[in-house]
Amino acid sequence: MALLEIRNVVRRFASFTAVDGVSLSIEVGEFFTLLGPSGCGKTTLLRMIAGFDAPDEGDLLLDGQSLRGIPPEQRPIHTVFQSYALFPHLTVAENVAFPLRMAKVVPDEIRRRVQEALASVHLLEKQKHLPHELSGGQKQRVALARGLVNRPRLLLLDEPLGALDAKLREDMQMELINLQKTVGVTFIFVTHSQAEALALSHRIAVMNQGRVEQLDEPSRLYGFPRNRFVADFIGKINMLDATVTAVAADRLLLEVAGVGAVSAPLKAGVQSGQTGVFAVRPEQVQLLAEHADAPAAANEVRGRILDFLYIGDVTTYLVQLSDGTRLEALLPNSAPGRAKFFEAGDPVILRWSAEVGVFLHE
Amino acid sequence: MSKLAPATITRWVVSGPPTLFMLLFFLAPSLIMVLASFRYPGAFGGLAPVFGGGRPGEDTGLTLENYQFFFSDLLYTEIFLKSLLIALISTLACILMAYPLALLIARSPKRHRDLMVLLVILPFASNFLIRVYALMILLGPQQALASTINGVLAAFGCAPVSLLFSTFAVVVGMVYVHLPFMVLPLYTNLEKHDPTLLDAAQDLGASAWSRFWRVTFPLSLPGIFSGSALVFIPVLGMFAIPDLLGGTRDILIGNLIKDQFLGTRDWPFGSMLSIMLTVVVLALAGLAARLGQRKRDGGN
Amino acid sequence: MRRSAVLWSVSLAVYAFLYLPLVVVVVYSFNDSRLNAEWVGFTLHWYRVLFSDDEMLGAGANSLLIAFVSATFATLLGTMAGIAMHRFRLRALPLLVITPVAMPEILLGVSLLIFFVQVLNFTLGLFSVLIAHITFCVGFVAIVVRARLAGMDESIFEAARDLGATPWQTFRRVTFPLILPGVIAGALMAFTLSIDDFVITFFTAGVGVHTLPLQIYSMIKIAVTPEVNAVSTLLMTLTLGLIILASRFAPDALKGAA
Repeated sequence: MALLEIRNVVRRFASFTAVDGVSLSIEVGEFFTLLGPSGCGKTTLLRMIAGFDAPDEGDLLLDGQSLRGIPPEQRPIHTVFQSYALFPHLTVAENVAFPLRMAKVVPDEIRRRVQEALASVHLLEKQKHLPHELSGGQKQRVALARGLVNRPRLLLLDEPLGALDAKLREDMQMELINLQKTVGVTFIFVTHSQAEALALSHRIAVMNQGRVEQLDEPSRLYGFPRNRFVADFIGKINMLDATVTAVAADRLLLEVAGVGAVSAPLKAGVQSGQTGVFAVRPEQVQLLAEHADAPAAANEVRGRILDFLYIGDVTTYLVQLSDGTRLEALLPNSAPGRAKFFEAGDPVILRWSAEVGVFLHE
Repeated sequence: MSKLAPATITRWVVSGPPTLFMLLFFLAPSLIMVLASFRYPGAFGGLAPVFGGGRPGEDTGLTLENYQFFFSDLLYTEIFLKSLLIALISTLACILMAYPLALLIARSPKRHRDLMVLLVILPFASNFLIRVYALMILLGPQQALASTINGVLAAFGCAPVSLLFSTFAVVVGMVYVHLPFMVLPLYTNLEKHDPTLLDAAQDLGASAWSRFWRVTFPLSLPGIFSGSALVFIPVLGMFAIPDLLGGTRDILIGNLIKDQFLGTRDWPFGSMLSIMLTVVVLALAGLAARLGQRKRDGGN
Repeated sequence: MRRSAVLWSVSLAVYAFLYLPLVVVVVYSFNDSRLNAEWVGFTLHWYRVLFSDDEMLGAGANSLLIAFVSATFATLLGTMAGIAMHRFRLRALPLLVITPVAMPEILLGVSLLIFFVQVLNFTLGLFSVLIAHITFCVGFVAIVVRARLAGMDESIFEAARDLGATPWQTFRRVTFPLILPGVIAGALMAFTLSIDDFVITFFTAGVGVHTLPLQIYSMIKIAVTPEVNAVSTLLMTLTLGLIILASRFAPDALKGAA
């Protein structure tokens, strides 16, 4: 039995439907992520799980029991708020002790468990401090310790890394993964950052306009986006208008605008004559000088470098095809001190293997 | 001689006039009052001349007699204690009435809040004598309130009481006149509370009652302290309300001081009483500031 | 749900407590009876009595004159003090200006009484009342003006200087227009405080001058007459008008001040 089952949940507000028929089941011990742009309904869904909001239709079941009518304070579900929501008048230790006090745990036990929880987030030496004396990362860790100390069945994390700077965010990601592994509590994580979602999650539900667009493991989500929205939202991708010309036993044959005939991986349910887009990621596109002496491959097209963007580890090249179509390709900068292999205006050959790229008709 | 920098000139031009005015009409009179509290009364009441020689028979030296007299007669200590008690009761009553109202306003939709606050301020805009007078009418013996209470008392065979001209009326008057001073700082504090703190408390298992006592109330202590200072201190020096609403025995510090200056005309003794009142007020203000500061450090 | 019902009922009771006495005063001012006891019938008699009471009218005129003059001077000095307190790190001025606001009024009243009579050898009257009113109003104006300045982005003044304005031009064209709502609110507040003041006037007026609050006090101290209801109603209408005016000019100043 799933730990949390979300059954066809609908939540409407005056002017729009925030959550529109979402069904998900989250397993024990999972690190589950709700990913989507702001306004996609992920926070509303989280608030319904926590108990601050109730579905208009559908139901939420924890361990098979409906959560309907159970107020937040009685659910074994805790939340790490985006703003951390640490009580400003209580010390770090008192903040962490709060849920134990509410649960009327005996004082000795409270003391022991607070120490344990603070140790797990490396904040023992800050326990007498007040929240305003802590850095952003430390506040974040107090909020985590407070949410976990009473061993909830489920920990909800609402964009908890949003307020941290880039470097700290990466460190916290590592810490989150380790913490979740150690305590074994099921995490439901809400974010609009695809990078965060890919790095942390066991499974990701991509949400858009109140619906789940795709539910998958991170690598499958990135490799096999189900539709244009997911392809576009997760990572960078080139999308070109395409028509299916033939469905072979092991591949699809496409006519792609600006490129011509392209051979792409087979996809279930696709029929000859269907129109849609062919999507291929920049790092899957090889870039070669025009006169390079390389064997011709299945998928190949000529173009001219329009512009490039040096990022450090890689350089992104914007290539224009003869009909004006633009494609992005990415080359790693393995040679130190060298920012680019091509200049704007250079003629190039773009090439990708028949194993990469995906045809999307939704 | 070096030329003065323009910034220095600006500084003196802007801050000079108000500083001089307040030195002359606030600080100097206050210091003279301190001096007066160590002197003898004049031959015709008031105070023996501060500067220049006195009339024959007037003692223009300094004395501790006024202070000694204050402490030699328990009556004065009693009046000070009674004033403190009335101020305390009035402040507590204000807290009890203002807190629910301030909380309601702070939790109301934003667009309603300004109006609700304005409704608290409006009565405070009418002259305070008028408000006291309004209470005199309402608490008067022929009004519904008094007749109802005396009707109930009569039913139990008790003698009728007078609502007006009693300590009760004094406290009601003090609360009525000062209530907005408690509502406003409380509301300003409560309005700033982050509502997610209450969500967090609820999420972590706190019932409605615990959310109030463990989150809202401790966070509102600075508001309670500043409101209390704004009620307690004026109540302590008030003489008009006991004068108009109190009975003959409802004499507070303010009435005592007023009588020294306008009644018995013993100004040195009145000055001494004023100094004692100042000391009490400063001590209380210092206490409130320290309490408020400590809570603020822990608070926002 | 239950909790908010409790909040609502307590709050409504508090609002009723605040307004009921005032409503009674207004209603009885139109009551055709010498006693403030029960409703007899509608009359404008008490307003007629009021408008033929020369002492009361004289007191009213005095109050207006005192309020106007003292508000003018208090606004001038208070605005300077507010600016000075904001701009310069001063120690003495805030204490000098704010302390009279925080102390019980009676203390300022009696200390000025001693000062005028004993030190300056004044005959108490209009002038002593004016000085006293200015003294306690300066602090209120200063607080409002400083609050207005504190809420402003410092960099706009630097921007003005950066764009070539002299300090005086900066004040004339940037600072003053920006603090003007605060100054107006402060002026209205000083006016209301002065016209309403009883305690300080009580000690500094002597027998020389009568103001409206002094007149009301002596009337209600001796006997309750419905004429007081009438004058109260008129005064309430006046202050209500001033409040509305003040909230037009500087809604924040009202809150900051009260």
